[in-house]
Amino acid sequence: MKHVTRKATRHVNQNEGLIFEKSSPGKAAWKLPPLDVPEVDTAELLGPSERKDLGNMPEVSEIEIIRHFTRLSTWNYAIDLGMYPLGSCTMKYNPRVNEVVSRLDGLANGHPYQPEKISQGALRILQTLSECLIEITGMDAITLQPAAGAHGELTGLLMVRAYHQSKGAPRKKILIPDSAHGTNPATAAMVGYAVENLKSNAQGMVDVAALASQMNEEVAALMLTNPNTLGVFEQEIHKIADIMHAKGGLLYMDGANMNALVGKVRPGDFGVDLMHLNLHKTFSTPHGGGGPGSGPVAIKKILEPFLPTPVVITKPDGSLGFEYNRPQSVGRVRAFYGNFGMFVRALAYTLANGPDGLRQTTEDAVLNANYIRKGLEGVYDLPYSTPTMHEVVFSDKVQAKKGVKTMDIAKRLIDYGFHPYTTAFPLIVPGALMIEPTESEPKEELDLFIEAMKSIAEEVEEDPQMVLAAPHTTRVSRLDETAAARKPVLRWKP
Amino acid sequence: MRYLPKSPADREAMLKAIGARSIDDLFAPIPAEYRLNRDLKVPRQMAESEIVDWFRERSRENGEAYVTFLGAGAYYHYRPVIIDSLISRGEFLTAYTPYQPEISQGTLQSIFEFQTMICELTAMEVANASMYDGSTAAAEAATMACRVTGRNAVAIARSVHPEYREVLATYAHHQGMPLATVPFTDSGRVNLNELDKAITPDTACVLIQSPNFFGTIEDVAAIAEVAHKHGAMLVVSIAEAVSLGIVEPPRQADIIAMEAQSFGVPLTFGGPYCGVIATREKYVRQMPGRLVGQTTDRNGKRGFVLTLATREQHIRREKATSNICTNQALIALMANIFMTIYGKVGLRELAKQNLAKAAYAAQEFGRHAKVLFSGAPRFNEFVVQTSEDPYAINGRILQHKIVGGLPLKKFYPELGNAALWCCTEMTTRAAIDTAVKSVAESERIAKSVKEPADVQEVAR
Repeated sequence: MKHVTRKATRHVNQNEGLIFEKSSPGKAAWKLPPLDVPEVDTAELLGPSERKDLGNMPEVSEIEIIRHFTRLSTWNYAIDLGMYPLGSCTMKYNPRVNEVVSRLDGLANGHPYQPEKISQGALRILQTLSECLIEITGMDAITLQPAAGAHGELTGLLMVRAYHQSKGAPRKKILIPDSAHGTNPATAAMVGYAVENLKSNAQGMVDVAALASQMNEEVAALMLTNPNTLGVFEQEIHKIADIMHAKGGLLYMDGANMNALVGKVRPGDFGVDLMHLNLHKTFSTPHGGGGPGSGPVAIKKILEPFLPTPVVITKPDGSLGFEYNRPQSVGRVRAFYGNFGMFVRALAYTLANGPDGLRQTTEDAVLNANYIRKGLEGVYDLPYSTPTMHEVVFSDKVQAKKGVKTMDIAKRLIDYGFHPYTTAFPLIVPGALMIEPTESEPKEELDLFIEAMKSIAEEVEEDPQMVLAAPHTTRVSRLDETAAARKPVLRWKP
Repeated sequence: MRYLPKSPADREAMLKAIGARSIDDLFAPIPAEYRLNRDLKVPRQMAESEIVDWFRERSRENGEAYVTFLGAGAYYHYRPVIIDSLISRGEFLTAYTPYQPEISQGTLQSIFEFQTMICELTAMEVANASMYDGSTAAAEAATMACRVTGRNAVAIARSVHPEYREVLATYAHHQGMPLATVPFTDSGRVNLNELDKAITPDTACVLIQSPNFFGTIEDVAAIAEVAHKHGAMLVVSIAEAVSLGIVEPPRQADIIAMEAQSFGVPLTFGGPYCGVIATREKYVRQMPGRLVGQTTDRNGKRGFVLTLATREQHIRREKATSNICTNQALIALMANIFMTIYGKVGLRELAKQNLAKAAYAAQEFGRHAKVLFSGAPRFNEFVVQTSEDPYAINGRILQHKIVGGLPLKKFYPELGNAALWCCTEMTTRAAIDTAVKSVAESERIAKSVKEPADVQEVAR
């Protein structure tokens, strides 16, 4: 390593095999209490439905399990270790009080079908979070049921479809900018809509003239991410909304980038008809290695009849309850009421912040992204010079001349003690480096990041091989993904 | 704000470095007429102690310390404490989808082990990294069957969880997927004759649940025979994962859509839970969701990566197998640790206790009221039919801090005053006896009121 990093150093970590490789008959990590009812004859009760053998399930002791998973955990990078600037994912601090309150007995052990009379606490949480999110988005109503952002998109487009259907016809197309997340077109297809791409203009924004010419009575909605995946606020948003509304279309906002807006501007005020939020991004619920997420959908009044069932209501006696009888509803998108445990965490986050904290959070997130932009401008190519909100997108144009691509720079960044940024997305930027620091990074960490990125750029000039062979400090070097896909080994076998 | 790691001086210095006069400069791209020039109307900033107090109050209002006989897709099992100690490690809790395998081997290897154990338990060849929950997994399995067969209709058993059926109806509605509902017999199992009639040349799959919503174990082999005879696939939903410890897995199924909540995931008022899809190797490329595969690094060392991503939305966009992206990794990790703890012997013993408790309870309820569907084996749930409305009986049981079985009128009006009761290893004999006593008392009163009428009936 030419430039010694100030952030990270190597240290010993433990090797560990698969749990099955530790198993041997007679070891156990469980103990059941004595049975207080008569034993049963399983053969008699179950007949041919009785299972005789559990195959290769492991048999291990408790200390082995603790060590196994603790060792595995040390092979992961995480927000708790340092900056995780994965663009579009909003990897912010996950407050620990959220974990504590979500485990309180009545909440963690509340059964979804317990009588409403003894569910008032959970219902109050649903209602309070709903009110907060409605206020934050500037919308009129909300469903918390969707289990993730993509699931929220599905729910939103189902409501779009039901809305148009109620006006006579569901319409045929969804307009999606070429900078959009892959979930947007995939969702449109699931709801039976054709996808029509919308080109971005030279500033990386929606080409309003193109939108005007593509918009017609066949278009059900525009799915717009704002700020978009370049971290750019759609400055002509009012024109966009007007164009959609003039022809009876709806404006859907993908709220993945809501961390740039909370407390500063409300989508409901700039013409959005419906939007989803990602509680695991903007509202700090932990990403957990890939979920659980939560994707509430906030809507304007015109869409309220179509909300999934059930909906939380206040009853005449002042108590809270669920309402199921909603004839125009799109139906259910998930059993029960959604990822309730994530609602508890998101609400705890909102309460910890209050209005001033939420605003400051947004300001810091935008400040951090601009600070990185300033620090790396001139070192990496900035394809769009439009002002940056919460994330900044560079390209590998300069480094590619030496044969070094965005993924190589990302891998080298690992040696410097950082999780890489998002690579090769958005698709409109060839060789993209998409960097979202979030508000959770102190100035020192940002300075280290900028220093690391500059150092890598120097390495590319002086010793590109060093970067191409990275990472050099991890347990495993680059893995053969082609072989993994060609001959998939998706499970252990004895 | 205590989560924000900057001093006012830091902010000043950073603004200066950027060349901005104030933070407002950075928000200039937002048209002035839309900027929010007031505080959001959300509760004021709270101290940590206040937050804990607020939620403690909500917890107290939410059935804290009640004993429950509710199941119906959400099961109260014991959660060994090491599950929470391990999943609370920041390296698991605060990482994201393992896009960078070199620094995500912990998450990747644990998912690989999860996939392996799900395969072992379901007798399938491949399993994915997780789906949102059992209901959406079932709906996604049905759409997967449509892709595999090139057909587009689904025959779904009425004994599948009613909310799972609602979710499938929502998903099916706009995909041109006609649904046929197949009734159950007096034994609570799928009516095979009706099933045979419900399948058309357009039927992609038959979707059943086993143990089904009533706790009854389906004759999967017989159902598979009917489905396969017509060239339809068999999708089996498993909502109570602990059953796999003692109940033969649906080996004849083509796709299994599971809810793994029973494996160490707290009830949490309905979510987050953990769906999973398992299937045959030959269908893997039509499967939705993330998959982890084994490979080697440049030095030949074993390692794990996300694989077969060409099925997924970030590559295929509108042609993807599903729009699923983030799913339930941390919850899958809970299930993974749970399966590792109980393992080959413990899972069987755990399932046996569930079986014994439910058998005892069903027998005791049966002395006073009618236990339906006794003609087929069941796991840990059963349906009790009473003379009185079960809501009224439950109201009295609630006074003992016991939540009675789920009244079924809303979902199955044809079953009259019926309720679905569930017993797990957590259900004590004392609680069962108390609940039985309430039902017995209700029946005694109902009979003494009814008797004169019955006599008249006979006289006429």
